[in-house]
Amino acid sequence: MDFPIFHLDLMGNRALIAIIAVLHVIINHGLAVGMMPLIAAMEWYGHKKKDPRWDKLAYNILFVCFIITTTVGALTGVGIWFSASLINPYGIASLIRVFFWGWFIEWLVFITEVCLILAYYLTWKKWKDGKQKTNHIKLGFALGIFSWITMAIIVSILGFMMDPGNWLTHHSLWNGFTNPIYLPQLGFRTPLALAQAGVIAMFLCLFFTKRGDAFRNDALRALGLWSLGFAPFVMLGGYWYYSVVPDSMQENLSVSLLTLQFTEWHDKLLHIMLATVAIILVVVQVAIFRPNLLPKWVLIIPLLAIVWTTGHFERVREFIRKPYIIGRYMYANGMRVEDYPLLQRDGILAHATYSHPLTEAEKTLSEEEKKTPEGRPLTQEEITALFEQLQDGKNVFMNACSRCHTGHGVNSVNGHFKRMLGDGKWDKEVMTGYMEGMHAQPFMPPFPGNKKELDALADYLLHLRDNTAPVTGAQKSGVEVNQRKPEPVDDAEETK
Amino acid sequence: MNTIPIPKDIPLPMPAPEPILIAVLVFFFLMHIVFVNFMVGGSLLTLYYEIKGLKNKAYDRLAYTLASTITVNKSIAVVLGVGPLLAINTLYTVYFYSANALTGDFWIAVIPLVITAFLLTYAHKYLWHRMERVKGLHIALSAMAGLLFLFIPLIFLTNINLMLFPDKWTAIQGFWDALFNVGNVFPRYFHFLAACFALTGLFMVWMFKRMDAEEIKELGFERGELIRKGYRWAFWPTLAQFLFGPIVLLSLPEVPQHIGKVYGFIGFGAVTAILMTFLMMIELRRPPEVIGRSLKTIAVLMCIVILFMGSGRHLYREAAVADHRKLVAEKTEQYMEQVREAQKNAPKEEE
Repeated sequence: MDFPIFHLDLMGNRALIAIIAVLHVIINHGLAVGMMPLIAAMEWYGHKKKDPRWDKLAYNILFVCFIITTTVGALTGVGIWFSASLINPYGIASLIRVFFWGWFIEWLVFITEVCLILAYYLTWKKWKDGKQKTNHIKLGFALGIFSWITMAIIVSILGFMMDPGNWLTHHSLWNGFTNPIYLPQLGFRTPLALAQAGVIAMFLCLFFTKRGDAFRNDALRALGLWSLGFAPFVMLGGYWYYSVVPDSMQENLSVSLLTLQFTEWHDKLLHIMLATVAIILVVVQVAIFRPNLLPKWVLIIPLLAIVWTTGHFERVREFIRKPYIIGRYMYANGMRVEDYPLLQRDGILAHATYSHPLTEAEKTLSEEEKKTPEGRPLTQEEITALFEQLQDGKNVFMNACSRCHTGHGVNSVNGHFKRMLGDGKWDKEVMTGYMEGMHAQPFMPPFPGNKKELDALADYLLHLRDNTAPVTGAQKSGVEVNQRKPEPVDDAEETK
Repeated sequence: MNTIPIPKDIPLPMPAPEPILIAVLVFFFLMHIVFVNFMVGGSLLTLYYEIKGLKNKAYDRLAYTLASTITVNKSIAVVLGVGPLLAINTLYTVYFYSANALTGDFWIAVIPLVITAFLLTYAHKYLWHRMERVKGLHIALSAMAGLLFLFIPLIFLTNINLMLFPDKWTAIQGFWDALFNVGNVFPRYFHFLAACFALTGLFMVWMFKRMDAEEIKELGFERGELIRKGYRWAFWPTLAQFLFGPIVLLSLPEVPQHIGKVYGFIGFGAVTAILMTFLMMIELRRPPEVIGRSLKTIAVLMCIVILFMGSGRHLYREAAVADHRKLVAEKTEQYMEQVREAQKNAPKEEE
């Protein structure tokens, strides 16, 4: 990555994107894509049956959705871009170069969607009779369609990140858009959003209807049927999605490693789907047949199940994409697959524009570090050389590791090595050996640098074992221009 | 020691010809900023009128009317911001993302801060009547939203300033450093704030001109009086821009390329602004029955002013980064050449 590197050493960079993205997906699926058609359907049903209670319930649910989607929903959508540009600028910038027009069209649809939700909500009490009401209901369904279109475009980009398909040979938007995972993923997310909306509406229904009121039972039953109606499609869509991912990705990774990885993923996805559907089914059955027995707190269970499974599903989706951020094109560290021969030959730092300076706290040496292995105190020159080595180590860490790992926080390198090597003295050779072959684990990219950098990284990680100061990113300690130049290629080394 | 970083660009082609991307950026950004002006100005005027309404109930009703518009304007402001964000991401990838990372914690804080401001704005609007008895607390909601709306633009301004000066990227440490030490954030900030009041003033004129007579009556003001209030908010801040504008222009940091065109565009905008201000003054002197007659002309002139100011701003941005961009392009090309060469010479991995 050739940008100043933003880094969060406590929560980790991935968590920042994950929190924002998962919140956005829950709101987008449950309160917009799935909910708008449901609200329009409730309004239509109330109008048809001349029952104002349906109208009132639909309006109240819309109010909640209106507030949440136009605040947290809209801003977390922007937040995904903000966080992605901080955490993996090379990844998001490459995606934008490919999908600019996709995003642009999605934006136009989004403008329409926002105008429609404003119009739908603000005209609800004005367009209440006759032809006006009919038009208002149409407005609601139109809003549902536009919400779905925004999702339909974005899902293509998510699919692309997992498997760019033909784009790798022909860099065109159409090839990127029609990636192999696109339709199956859309086929899964669409009924999922509709079913989720039913569950959320059931929960909200309890706040807008009174206990003992017969209408509450009618509403719960109808909303339960709505969710239940989409459940088989969630299963079918899930199976379609489940069946297409491994096949398309099996081409990229060696079979033995891949099998282990995807078996785990298959099982997880299957369990998630089964658990969600089972929970929804149980609660929905009660809602349909014994709605009067449903206390408020019971309906929070499927709601939480939805939040948890959505979060988990997105996490798993992100995980199986590894070691790439864009399948077979760019690794999760922001380096392109085709950059590797150069970087492994010359070193990452030889081609890095920036250096990320160590802070004073990061420079604090342990008593052990201040001495030679023989026990003699380091001379000033040796200390300077050590700091240079640690500085290189930090720069390698920032470029190669920090997009997924922290120094001491969540998913920390320190923690991983402690688990592997224990609390005693760590053997540097074991560490370098491990890092050289770490891509034997299918989710890890190969080490992108050269031997010298591997050595510097190992020294830096040894330093992190005792120095617990947070590893600072560009937002705290700024950047310097890296003054290193590529060293002449050693033919013998290269051939080796 | 070289302190100007020359990073590599993304080695993928631009998705569209540059002029199209520039048109998307400038045109839609200006649309976005107009609604941001309505949102920030509306929020501050609501607060002002609500406090005034403690003594005179009519102002409280006026504040409520304004508050009702903020939530709509803010939704449009956000959604219109996405297109220009996409365009600036594409056109100025190296510059924009570098500035984002260097001010990263504040940059990402924009999201929770805006969400909080929006939720406060909704609470303020929808709890207006329920909080009649706790007016102080209700005003506090508005004040908190107003403070957030006043702070957030500083983060944006710091970023779009910092992105223009790669020579400063290695000199700053974090947001505050960039805010106080790079470019001319504060003159631009006050220029922006004055525009918020001016545009919200014109928005008020438009709103009260078309409002039902019944609704006007309920407010407790004459229509002419309300339109005049709007024009006052538009006129005085616009007049103040004749002070802020030159300060912004004079405080612009020197850039490598000649900026004659920038002065040309901004000069044309300023001349149009003189005409517009003059017309506002004429409107202010008109009797209540005919006040507001020139709104369309004023609005058109305002659009021209905004378009020329925005275009001038873009030309300055180009002048600031054009030379550096060439170096980035050269470096990217050299790097890609090395990548190809290394790939060719790389030992083949065993299958």
